[in-house]
Amino acid sequence: MNLSMNWLKEFVDVDVSPKEFSDRMTMSGSKVEKYEIEGEKISRIVVGKVLSIEKHPNADKLVVCMVDVGAIEPVQIVTGAKNLCVDDIVPVALDGSTLSDGTKIKKTKFRGILSLGMMCSLAELGLSVSDFPYAVEDGIFVLQEESCKIGQNICDAIGFNDVKFEFEITPNRGDCLSVIGLAREAAATFNKELKLHKPIVRALAKTHKDEIKVNVPAKDLCPFYSVRIVKNVKIGPSPRFIRERLRAMGVRSINNIVDITNYVMLEYGQPMHAFDLRYIDGSQINVRRANKNESIITLDGNEHKLNENNLVIADAKKPIALAGVMGGEFSSVKNDTATIVLESAIFDPVAVRIASKEQALRTDSSVRFEKGLDKNNCIPALNRACELIELLGAGEVCSETFIVDNSLEEIIKIPFDSGFINKFLNIDLSCEEMKKILSRLGCKVVDNNVIVPSFRMDLKNKNDIAEEIARFYGYDSIPSTSLRGSHYGKLTKEQKFEQKIKNAMIALGLDEIATYSFLSPKQYNKLLLPPEHFLRNSVKISNPLGEETSLMRTTAIASMLEVLSSNYNHKNEKAKLFELAKEFIPNHNSELPNENLKLIAGFYGKNIDFGYVKGLLEGLLDKLFIKNYEFVANSKIAYFHPGRCADVLCDEVFLGNIAEVHPTVLENFNLGKRAYIIALDVKALFDNADFNISYSRIVKFPAVNRDLSLICDREVPVGKLQKIIKNSAGKFLENVTVFDVYEGEQIPKNKKSVTVNISMRSNTATLTDEQINSIIKKVVDAFEKNNITLRS
Amino acid sequence: MKDQIEKIKNTAQKEILDVKTLKDIENLRIKYLGKKGELTTILKQIGKLSDNEKPIIGQLVNEARDFINYSLESSIKKIKESNLEQRLNDEKIDVTLPGLHRSIGHKHPLTIVLDDVKEIFIGMGFNIVEGPEIETDYYNFEALNMPKYHPARDTQDTFYISENVLLRTQTSCVQIRTMEKTQPPIRIISPGRVYRSDTIDATHSPLFNQIEGLVVDKGVTFSDLKGTLEAFIQALYGAESVVRFRPHHFPYTEPSAEVDVQCFGCRGAGCRLCKNEGWIEILGCGMVHPTVLKNCGIDPEIYSGFAFGVGLERIAMRRYNIDDMRLFYENDVRFLNQF
Repeated sequence: MNLSMNWLKEFVDVDVSPKEFSDRMTMSGSKVEKYEIEGEKISRIVVGKVLSIEKHPNADKLVVCMVDVGAIEPVQIVTGAKNLCVDDIVPVALDGSTLSDGTKIKKTKFRGILSLGMMCSLAELGLSVSDFPYAVEDGIFVLQEESCKIGQNICDAIGFNDVKFEFEITPNRGDCLSVIGLAREAAATFNKELKLHKPIVRALAKTHKDEIKVNVPAKDLCPFYSVRIVKNVKIGPSPRFIRERLRAMGVRSINNIVDITNYVMLEYGQPMHAFDLRYIDGSQINVRRANKNESIITLDGNEHKLNENNLVIADAKKPIALAGVMGGEFSSVKNDTATIVLESAIFDPVAVRIASKEQALRTDSSVRFEKGLDKNNCIPALNRACELIELLGAGEVCSETFIVDNSLEEIIKIPFDSGFINKFLNIDLSCEEMKKILSRLGCKVVDNNVIVPSFRMDLKNKNDIAEEIARFYGYDSIPSTSLRGSHYGKLTKEQKFEQKIKNAMIALGLDEIATYSFLSPKQYNKLLLPPEHFLRNSVKISNPLGEETSLMRTTAIASMLEVLSSNYNHKNEKAKLFELAKEFIPNHNSELPNENLKLIAGFYGKNIDFGYVKGLLEGLLDKLFIKNYEFVANSKIAYFHPGRCADVLCDEVFLGNIAEVHPTVLENFNLGKRAYIIALDVKALFDNADFNISYSRIVKFPAVNRDLSLICDREVPVGKLQKIIKNSAGKFLENVTVFDVYEGEQIPKNKKSVTVNISMRSNTATLTDEQINSIIKKVVDAFEKNNITLRS
Repeated sequence: MKDQIEKIKNTAQKEILDVKTLKDIENLRIKYLGKKGELTTILKQIGKLSDNEKPIIGQLVNEARDFINYSLESSIKKIKESNLEQRLNDEKIDVTLPGLHRSIGHKHPLTIVLDDVKEIFIGMGFNIVEGPEIETDYYNFEALNMPKYHPARDTQDTFYISENVLLRTQTSCVQIRTMEKTQPPIRIISPGRVYRSDTIDATHSPLFNQIEGLVVDKGVTFSDLKGTLEAFIQALYGAESVVRFRPHHFPYTEPSAEVDVQCFGCRGAGCRLCKNEGWIEILGCGMVHPTVLKNCGIDPEIYSGFAFGVGLERIAMRRYNIDDMRLFYENDVRFLNQF
């Protein structure tokens, strides 16, 4: 919402700098985003009068003018402009002046003739033809202003000296989308009187009763509707004061009638509309819901298909306006319009909002209606428009106002409880002071009740009243205190576990990443998921920004691969990354999907292979006190290398996978190096982690180590050998380490040799040779049962 | 015999002086003092001497042995010292050669900042609660006093899954869920991802992180809100931070405020960083709206509370002078390794 300082001053005497005005309004709740002083950018431009125009002796397209600028001597100016005549009044940029685009004007010679300045166009002043409709777009701005003096500062001469403020108005304060609304806030902020003006309409023209018939069948959506007829309308440009103000408010001037409806909307906050009576079929206005298959071409020239939710203003046959949003083109004011119907009404905020959204049509009018308007403002606004029409001589206002009022007279009362307010805000303000603040805002206190004025629809409960007091008492004057009571804060067990995972990953040398939760359906193709794969069943966004971000991911592996790929393509030699990422899995039994937290790690680069990644994973699992984990080959995951992928299990419970990425997937993601992924379910990790850690005595007896070289089938996984040892060695077994796997010479074909170190220890004594041999024998026997022999 | 002893002593001394290695010393020890050594041989002959001579020669032999021993020991010491010196000299390396670098990983900058924020609030007695990112309209809007078609919904462009399910636009839904389950006193922060239908550019992202807080108890006042948030801001940005509260509107709080900190760049004078305002907006807050409390089964006549929300990316961008929000989600290792 823009605000003209000059306009505001009609209602309240504020006499402070723009900066102070901004600061204080901001601190009382009307935030000023920025302000602009009109004409601030231009300097040393004055009103001049052209005394003579001579041909330039050396140039066909130039003329030499003598211009009176109020100095002792006239100045000589060379120009190429064609729209100049002797005696024209023009803006003259003197030597050393600045134009609105920052250009500096200095005296200079044009083809040998000295020019001491420049005559300006509208654009050079920072204006356009809609500000001065009589002027030309491309040529010197020839002034037709009365009462301007030669030599006068151009800004003063043409009324280009306003200050425009840009306010951020919050959705609850629809009333502040008007000059009067902001004037009320300013009056309360600066503790000045609010001077409201009561419009006076002479209304000399007569109306007969049938001139217009108003019916409101959609009572629920239109609690108040009023129109007034204006005859003998003369369409023309608006006078300067209207144009100036519209300009400062950021509204383009069109013609006197349209400008007046906009002027009143800006001043009162009440949108208005003018229909040409000629085009109102049957001279009747019906405020009704649209019928199916009806449509309307609005003022902007676009056609809108309507439905039964849309409230329209219709004549006997067809919609002539989309209520509260925009008028129809057909019935709009034209240059030859003779009789207008001026409308001022209240429409249901939700209906306007739905229509505005459905038809993608957001207007100054819809923005105001959807925030809720004050029905008591309709007639004053209508009168104000009529007053201006009479003032401008733009038409003859008829005496009768046609009103259909279905509104309920509702007076909002809120208990006035100064004790509550003082306690709630922790201030100490007397009842009287509070009442003063409230009365500045138009509230009255009667019998310990706050009577809320009808324009303040946002005030509903005692907190709202407390806020009004706080705003004008000053938020900054309220003391600051700390919370009382003995509370302690801490992380939950799960939160600590997540932190532990992060810390462990970082200690292992991985960088943490953050990726979007969105996926493109194309990424499922890149992952080689078959058409009916369960991971393709994703939560879909119905209004996505684009296909790229249209799904909520069912797997964060795709996000990781994108990041690995972008690092690879940025020529980063290696990447070791992890993320605690949510995956979203639709749930048939609930409206909301399951959100599963995953630990995803991704790697590529020199010296990184499956063993390296597995080593990191083992380090992590150990740190998390997850015991008895094992790795079982899995060749069935579409996006992983079928020969290099394992399920990670803990006591048969699935924790996740570790794998090399499938070569085709690498290609699909444009990744030129082998990449590895760890994907683990954080909840499964948590459920299988041991949190009951207790110290076990450090044993003083030495460990005994024995190496065994075994021969087994190539296909037998080493994990199986380890398992056999663990299951057969008994309680003295401390550790099994595999330190050599060999195939080749001296080993039969399709066999391999595996050398393991078995470490044994007793807590109570040094193991004897006998004990050791017996353990080894048990192990060897167990191997033999599995067709695994000792290498001789 | 005397002369013999004297001679042994002299030759031993000479030989010991010439010795270079510890092994040679050992050989000399054996030569003179060993079981068959020269001095031992003399000692073995003492028995044959007269009783008068015995003690004299015995003493001489002992003196000679002590002398040789002493010489051997000091020679050993010298050799060891010189050996050590030699070794230290030989082992000199170029310490400027690069090490075998092992890099520890890096937390994401957003995590670093979030951890700091959590630490501050845990210190003030808050717990951390998380909730679903895909939410129902009720928890994201209705319960927060934003019924369907409420104009305030416009300020949060929403991604919808269905008419009733959406991507949360704020983490306040977690506060509602918490209040439904827990009776006051409540002191929580709820950090997490939120979604708004904003096109990606340097300062906008369809996904970003928020930290919202909620306090509900008997007798919680607006001045508690001010004190708590001032403490938070000063803990985060330094004790010298200047904070201002200015009235604002949120449907779920009343009174509401926006909180600005005086611009770090210009100390309030106005500069490019603060768009000439002198202040930088950093969070929104307010006293919990009585309707919101009621919606959650908490009696607003007994309890009051405050709520606040702050954007994590914005804090991180300011702390690290990051001018493009996209960097957080691109995850280039050259970016990640800077934190």
